[in-house]
Amino acid sequence: MSGRLTGKVLTLHLGILALLFVAQFILPAYHHTNVARIMVLATYAVGYNILLGYTGLMSLGHAMFFAAGMYGAGLPIYYLQFGAIQALCVGVLVSLLIAAVFGIIALRTSGVSFLIVTMMFAQACYLAILYFNRVTMGDQGFILSKSLEAVSLGSFEFAFSDPAVKYNVAWLLFGGCFLLSAVLAGSPTGRVLIAVRENEERTGLLGYNTFKYKLLALVISGGISGAAGASYALLFSYVGASFASILYSIYPILWTLLGGTGTTMGPMIGTGLMFYLVDIASGLTSSYLLVVGAVLVMLILWFPQGIMGAIRTRWLPWLP
Amino acid sequence: MAKKENNTKGTDTKTRGITRRTALKTAGALVGAGIAGVPAVFTRPAAAQSAGSKPIKIGFMVHRTGIGAVYGRWYERTTIAAVKLINQMGGIAGRPVELVTEDDGTDPKRGAEVVEKLAVQHKVDFVYGTLFSHVVIASAPRAGELKIPLFVASEGYHVPSGTLNRYVFQPGITDVRSQVTAITGWVMKNLGKKVAMIYPDYAFGYDHRDFFGGAVKQKGGKVLAQLPIPPTEASFTKYFARIPADTEVIYHVMVGPAVLTFVKEMGEHYGSKRPQIFGFIDSLEGVDIASPGLEFLEGTYFWEGLPRYAGEYPTPYEKFFRKSVGVNDDGASVKDPKDVATYAHMFSCWETLFVIKQAVEQSGYQNPTPQDYKALIETLENFRWFNEGIEHPQGHKKFIGKLHQSFGQQFISKVQNRKLKVVHRTKIKDSIYSSDVDYTKQAL
Amino acid sequence: MSFGPHLFLALLEGTVTAFVLALIALGLSLVFGVMRIVNIAHGEFFMLGAVLAWSCSMLVGGGAFMGFAVALVVGPLIVGAMAIAADGLILRRIGYQPESTIVATIGLLYIIQQVVLTFFGADARPVTPPIYFRVVFPWFGYSGYKLIVAGVSGLLLLGTWLAMSKTKLGLYMRATQQDQEMAQAFGVPVRRVYAKAFALGAMLAAVAGVLVVPIQQAHYLMGLDPLLLSFIVVIIGGLGSLKGTMVAAFLVGISDGVVSVFFSPTLAKIIATLLVAAVLVLRPGGLFGEEGS
Repeated sequence: MSGRLTGKVLTLHLGILALLFVAQFILPAYHHTNVARIMVLATYAVGYNILLGYTGLMSLGHAMFFAAGMYGAGLPIYYLQFGAIQALCVGVLVSLLIAAVFGIIALRTSGVSFLIVTMMFAQACYLAILYFNRVTMGDQGFILSKSLEAVSLGSFEFAFSDPAVKYNVAWLLFGGCFLLSAVLAGSPTGRVLIAVRENEERTGLLGYNTFKYKLLALVISGGISGAAGASYALLFSYVGASFASILYSIYPILWTLLGGTGTTMGPMIGTGLMFYLVDIASGLTSSYLLVVGAVLVMLILWFPQGIMGAIRTRWLPWLP
Repeated sequence: MAKKENNTKGTDTKTRGITRRTALKTAGALVGAGIAGVPAVFTRPAAAQSAGSKPIKIGFMVHRTGIGAVYGRWYERTTIAAVKLINQMGGIAGRPVELVTEDDGTDPKRGAEVVEKLAVQHKVDFVYGTLFSHVVIASAPRAGELKIPLFVASEGYHVPSGTLNRYVFQPGITDVRSQVTAITGWVMKNLGKKVAMIYPDYAFGYDHRDFFGGAVKQKGGKVLAQLPIPPTEASFTKYFARIPADTEVIYHVMVGPAVLTFVKEMGEHYGSKRPQIFGFIDSLEGVDIASPGLEFLEGTYFWEGLPRYAGEYPTPYEKFFRKSVGVNDDGASVKDPKDVATYAHMFSCWETLFVIKQAVEQSGYQNPTPQDYKALIETLENFRWFNEGIEHPQGHKKFIGKLHQSFGQQFISKVQNRKLKVVHRTKIKDSIYSSDVDYTKQAL
Repeated sequence: MSFGPHLFLALLEGTVTAFVLALIALGLSLVFGVMRIVNIAHGEFFMLGAVLAWSCSMLVGGGAFMGFAVALVVGPLIVGAMAIAADGLILRRIGYQPESTIVATIGLLYIIQQVVLTFFGADARPVTPPIYFRVVFPWFGYSGYKLIVAGVSGLLLLGTWLAMSKTKLGLYMRATQQDQEMAQAFGVPVRRVYAKAFALGAMLAAVAGVLVVPIQQAHYLMGLDPLLLSFIVVIIGGLGSLKGTMVAAFLVGISDGVVSVFFSPTLAKIIATLLVAAVLVLRPGGLFGEEGS
């Protein structure tokens, strides 16, 4: 059965993580920071994929979870001089909470309704960030690097401006969530989620409380997205309203679709590929968002399964 | 060499004299004429050293797309013209300038990535450019971490506010707080003391709200109403109703694509019985004042960074600048009279590049090493004045090293016969505000 | 300004807004109702109408009125053609599957926006109104053209209603909307009806763009706000109900004007978006669920 956490699957995942870890010693400086950025954003995609790929719920409002993590971590650092680890915890907690509350309210809808509800809530959050700009500094945003102290573990000091620290924190974050998604995908819970995606009514008839499972998926998804947002704030030092805008809800859809929804490795591949596509495109033309649009349309027309999805169907059916 | 006290005036008298003569010659002729007068610049010891003729790479971050794209287009043209002139003058310290341009999309996240790309991948010596405050604020930390100087051409209050870092400078344009401080006295005296303010509901607007509001109170005036307008608002009529009837002056700094609508609707609302109106030309950068629908602006006043219409600030340097960047007498492109320039801001690119030139040549900077950067930054922080000249066509600039910020004259113009005529020039000393900020105390 | 006139001004503004919003939202509602899809690029059709109007004003001689009249005809036709192309090339191929359509139309949004950016540029460009006069009330002046826009929109809405209720195409659309399978069984050429519905929706948005551009300016990003507003209108009004859309457009348009007398517009927008979410959450049938609920 596809996806079960067999030895083969586990080895594959750990192998990828090992590769990513080693890469930091080989990559030239520019790509070094890029890969760190990609790993944090890929974590966001991993979170998104749990809801879309595995549970079959498409959201157009995930930016609210990403932003919840970002502001949840950023505001305490800026105003209360929280340390990095405490701030990260607060960020994740805030996004978990928001996901739970939102889920309880919104999960009775599904399909297109759910999509629009998520979009509306996310839009309301974005507007709220702008409205309370005396606290959040609205779209101008604020910088953390001054208020953020280095983390001391024993006799070691880890400053967030150090590229090695950035890379490895991103790696740890991504690794943890990546493995979590693999475990979830192969677990009995994961299989119920997939069942909900395939046919919710029947799964309900089989005796499962589909609402509870969907809520669980949403909370995990929101939490991972929030962790990504909090980490982005810590590592790249800027918190601003633009991260709560609808563009940041569209990005994870793009990344997961490109990489392959319902696959664990898809999010990472999709994020990395899009990042470099945009980077290269912006070197060639000033309308690089055109590339985003074109890729979305092409994906939807010809590769709805995404890259890893296609690979799984054709060659490697055991991939989770 | 170049770092002693006699350089507190920015350039010593001998070089200043030569530069003036050069400017007068070139003002009348084509650009190439400047070369004869300039040799003094590169016989200075700094220029003769061994970086030889390896190009100096300047990374230019620009708003090619996004809401800042109109400015970006003109910033790019000005930059190219300035670089061309610098290279014709022999380059910086004898080395040709190579420009590496990247679009930041007027997006904060992209801005930080572009700083990274320019510094790490393209390995530029300096990063320069950009405009919108949120992009500057998001980009500055990365420049500080990478320890590469970032020269912004923004007019935001972010640099002199002390919230950025020691690698960020704004030497080519004045900041909004100084602009507001300079004009408030004139507005109170000539237009009225009871003010209603209309501004965009984000950072640029808040700076005006806070600084102008504060200055008005200080000078004995009163702010009757403050109307923040959401950035995506397309229709303004409903806001005009909130302006109290006894308002003497409406102060507006609306920016964005809806500005024309704003002015039109203001005109429709008030007709000829209107209070005095004072705005910032930021609202109409890139827009023709004589556009249909803007008739209402007749008789209203604007702050200008550099007067758009030729002859309002008739120095040979301004004429030379206007010609070099391809702007006609009405402030539009010589190639397309419908393409109106962002003339009040784009000079910042020109002046900033010349400041970079001066800083490199006086500090002996050669390579992007920590020591050379330190020398450059410390030299810069010791500058006191940038003299008016071809390098600084907008006017003299007083540079305050602790703030990393320049202060200069501001222009107040009146719309007469659908053109802008200067009615007042502020003094630099009227624009200086008190501040405890001191970047020089920060470690590098 | 004292309260009475202030409210009057707000009502005037709100009415104009409501009419234009109704045109745009009607297009979206039609597409929702007949095709069961969400078109995220709908706002871009509005923007295209405005941009084409500007182009016409530049290319067509004879003054503002001629340019505008040409734009009023040519703009919607071009946009309609583009919509049919989009339907045939993209939407039909993905079988009008709701979620895929959303992703595809997001892609379309970026493509349209960026193409316009490349050819039209980043500036906001004004268009002279075809007819202009200022209406002078005792307390304030008001744009006569805005009143004309309201009037013309009203006529167009009436025209659309007549088309929907009296013509064969209208009948087909309503039938497809009520029960697609039954309609097909009765010989309604559903595929072609879809294409035409999509085109009609796009054309309504484009016409709104042409009408509005002399008031605002043409700008490549101008489609986003109307998109969000029309979403709000369509959902509050109830999907598939054209009448509901109309009522909601007026509700939203006029309250937008009136609320701004009392509250900050950002706050008002927050409330409006949350209201929409609430409507969706509380209707157990959801968007396309049990009809009539």
